[in-house]
Amino acid sequence: MVNFYGKTFTSRLLIGTALYPSPAIMQNAIRSSGSEIVTVSLRREAAGGKTGDAFWSLIRELGVTVLPNTAGCRSVREAVTTAKLARELFGTSWIKLEVIADNDTLQPDVVGLVEAADILIKDGFEVFPYCTEDLSVAMRLVDAGCKVVMPWAAPIGSAKGIINPDALKLLRDRLPDITLVVDAGLGAPSHAARALELGYDAVLLNTAIAKAADPVAMAHAFRQGVEAGRAAFEAGLMEARDFASPSTPVVGTPFWHAVS
Amino acid sequence: MRVIINGEAREIASMSVDALLGELDYEGTHFAVAVNYDVLPKSRWAETQLKSGDEIEIITPRQGG
Repeated sequence: MVNFYGKTFTSRLLIGTALYPSPAIMQNAIRSSGSEIVTVSLRREAAGGKTGDAFWSLIRELGVTVLPNTAGCRSVREAVTTAKLARELFGTSWIKLEVIADNDTLQPDVVGLVEAADILIKDGFEVFPYCTEDLSVAMRLVDAGCKVVMPWAAPIGSAKGIINPDALKLLRDRLPDITLVVDAGLGAPSHAARALELGYDAVLLNTAIAKAADPVAMAHAFRQGVEAGRAAFEAGLMEARDFASPSTPVVGTPFWHAVS
Repeated sequence: MRVIINGEAREIASMSVDALLGELDYEGTHFAVAVNYDVLPKSRWAETQLKSGDEIEIITPRQGG
């Protein structure tokens, strides 16, 4: 079981709701993924529009827990206000906190992120911060009161997988009591498995499923990747080594003789 | 009076948030509203008076990652 702010879940795969070919495929992909937590966003509604209502009813049919995000926010003020709007709209104190520094890489503004997290936690929010793999930033977020930290694997939507495994491993080692989620940049189920093998508690992804040729089948593949990675972590992976070590017993090898 | 709604300058007749949503024909039920970065719970929409130059955000659930 994985714990997010005192609530426990079986699935270690958090899934986004954007970019699917159709609303029906979105629903089926989410069901196929086994996810119990989905991310949603907030956007301006055009006058007279009912777009939000239609989308919201699709999500409610799924019976999942909703994690609203502050995607697109570029300042602390925007992110804090968006989080408060999300709390009002979705009736949850959970917020996936994003403060973006750069349009091309969607690099998190880690300075603004820590500031916004501090403000929101003091206001009663349970913050899921989207951050880089930098240890000092993660420690500042924990100091501010975050019980969950979500470093990227690679830039959002890039599908590159884990670019800096050593740094992610360091975060896991140094923050053993924090729920760690690899968020963004995963492209294949093997990437997700790797994150879980490193001891990460969960992964959050969207594009790799939504943009697959068959999102519903890919959602299932990611589910299996996450399950395999977690099972491997729990089973205890052996350490890598530099030289070969025969798996077949040497003693009793036919024609064996010592080489001088 | 002139206000900014979702980033666009508009001339409105309504004096309260509640009335404004009616004036602009918002038909849905799931909205959140902020005026000048201050989020207003639904319970305050009727009592909150608007003034010229206010920045109003009307937002709704949408797909996200």
